[in-house]
Amino acid sequence: MPGFLLAYQSLLAFIGLNGLLALSVYCTLCCGQLSLANAGFMAIGAYTGALLTQNAHAPFPLALLAGALLPALVAVPLGLPVLRLRGVFLAIATIGFGEVVRLSFVNWSYTNGALGLVAIPRKTDLWMIWVALAAVMFGLARLRGSRAGYALEAIREDEAAARTMGIPSTQYKVAMFVLGAAIAGLAGVLEAHLTYMVSPGGYGFSRAVDMLVYAVVGGDTIFYGPVAGAAFLTVLPEALRGAGRALGLAPGPLRLFLNGAILLAVILFLPNGIVSLPRTLRALRLRRASRAALG
Amino acid sequence: MWQQAINGVFLGAIYALFAVGYALVFGVLDILNLAHQAVFAVSAFIALAFVAEGHVPLAVALPVVLVAAGLVGIGLERVAFRPLRGRSDSNISGLISSLAAATILEAVALQIWGPDVQRFPIGTFPDKPLRMLGATVSALQLTIIGISVVLMAGLTTLLRATRLGRQIRAVAESPRAARILGIDVDRVIAWSFFLSSALGGAAGVLFGVAFNSVSPDMGRSVELKGLAVIILGGMGSIAGAVIAGFALGLVEVFTVVQLGSSWRDAVSFGVLFFVLLVRPSGLLGRAAIREA
Repeated sequence: MPGFLLAYQSLLAFIGLNGLLALSVYCTLCCGQLSLANAGFMAIGAYTGALLTQNAHAPFPLALLAGALLPALVAVPLGLPVLRLRGVFLAIATIGFGEVVRLSFVNWSYTNGALGLVAIPRKTDLWMIWVALAAVMFGLARLRGSRAGYALEAIREDEAAARTMGIPSTQYKVAMFVLGAAIAGLAGVLEAHLTYMVSPGGYGFSRAVDMLVYAVVGGDTIFYGPVAGAAFLTVLPEALRGAGRALGLAPGPLRLFLNGAILLAVILFLPNGIVSLPRTLRALRLRRASRAALG
Repeated sequence: MWQQAINGVFLGAIYALFAVGYALVFGVLDILNLAHQAVFAVSAFIALAFVAEGHVPLAVALPVVLVAAGLVGIGLERVAFRPLRGRSDSNISGLISSLAAATILEAVALQIWGPDVQRFPIGTFPDKPLRMLGATVSALQLTIIGISVVLMAGLTTLLRATRLGRQIRAVAESPRAARILGIDVDRVIAWSFFLSSALGGAAGVLFGVAFNSVSPDMGRSVELKGLAVIILGGMGSIAGAVIAGFALGLVEVFTVVQLGSSWRDAVSFGVLFFVLLVRPSGLLGRAAIREA
């Protein structure tokens, strides 16, 4: 392996994982819904996969499959009643769901409670993460311009109008919610077998917010936006760690602050994310040029 | 039994006080302010700083913290909500920007006060147990219930009987009609945030005092309860939030007695999900449940 890859292997792995998680949030965002359940889905996937490989010595592909399927199954009864309602109800129900999943694992003695599972066999290689990311991106890219893709866009822009056009909006929203759960679960299995451990603390509310930040900062109207956001926000804290230390800021608060400040800036000034930056700048320049030409 | 009922009312008073803040902003703006729990935590820290480092008695510090929390609320509105007003996706972008604001507040609290649980110095408040109808109540518990009830009654009176209250209700009904009637809508919304955050801040201080524990993530568990309360009460209904707050406090205490403390937080989610399944408009909510 080339030296560069070796030196940055873990960073590359986390960019890939965070990209997957960002895409799992994108699935619901792209039909105008805000879900904060994906940290919970990720936890279910991670625990399922880890228990399978660690206790049942199951082959890794089986663990990956189960870790993606189980969260998807859980997502159906959670999403069905809530997605009929206004978007804010999904946000609320998913905040509650995430907290309940975390607390269940804390109270479950079979999975070691708050300590979680340790010494999970290392099965994840860098290439697996990137293959999974590429596959998910490919699938979401294919959605664009398809019948389903147009339906999702219509729901996002104006759900009432979409429904009037005969688009079964609830079904579409539930399908995307379930897909997002499966992707989050898959990322959970991959991460568990990369870091050797899972614990409830790793899947709390802040994890759910992190994923959302990646997706929104990158841009939630196009499939590569969330991945760009994940890459940007995974590298940035590493790059700024030195500067933070010089200013006397601890890495934890610094990362948190950056996430919040960048998210706020993006939502206020770049609603389509950093991938729309070139387009926005070009439009700005054009406007200025035309104003100058008109005198 | 009687003892548990008092404990439930005590817990419920804090939940109600916290959730009224959500209901007020949601009623006026139709936006859920997810930074409310961060104001809750930051206020508790400010009160702690006054008491532990400034040696100010809590009774003096509380009003100051209320105003400070209200000002944080006005700042929140200015930075995270006002710029989004009129945007077509303001529902979802408002949720996201309030999360961003919450993250920033939490980062600031972490940087200043650190991640550990902190406590009020001994003797900050009297903790004399009183016997009442066969149950033991501390003077502190009674004070906390009293302060919560006074604050909520104050808010209700303000909304019902003052000029500002009428304006807030008018904006909640229809911002457009209110503007036509000559109401300065932006000012009214800023005031709503002030009131909401001041009450949330008061809840934070009372919570910190009640359990004598203040930490940057103390808002997390209360957030879930507050959300369950506004869902049960009906989104945007202040009376609903008050009733539901006390109801949740009581249900929680009795569940803990019957089933054990590990079920404490499952109660909120159970209530929340059940209401969403059966009656999404809650106890006193209006019917606008589907996205218009």
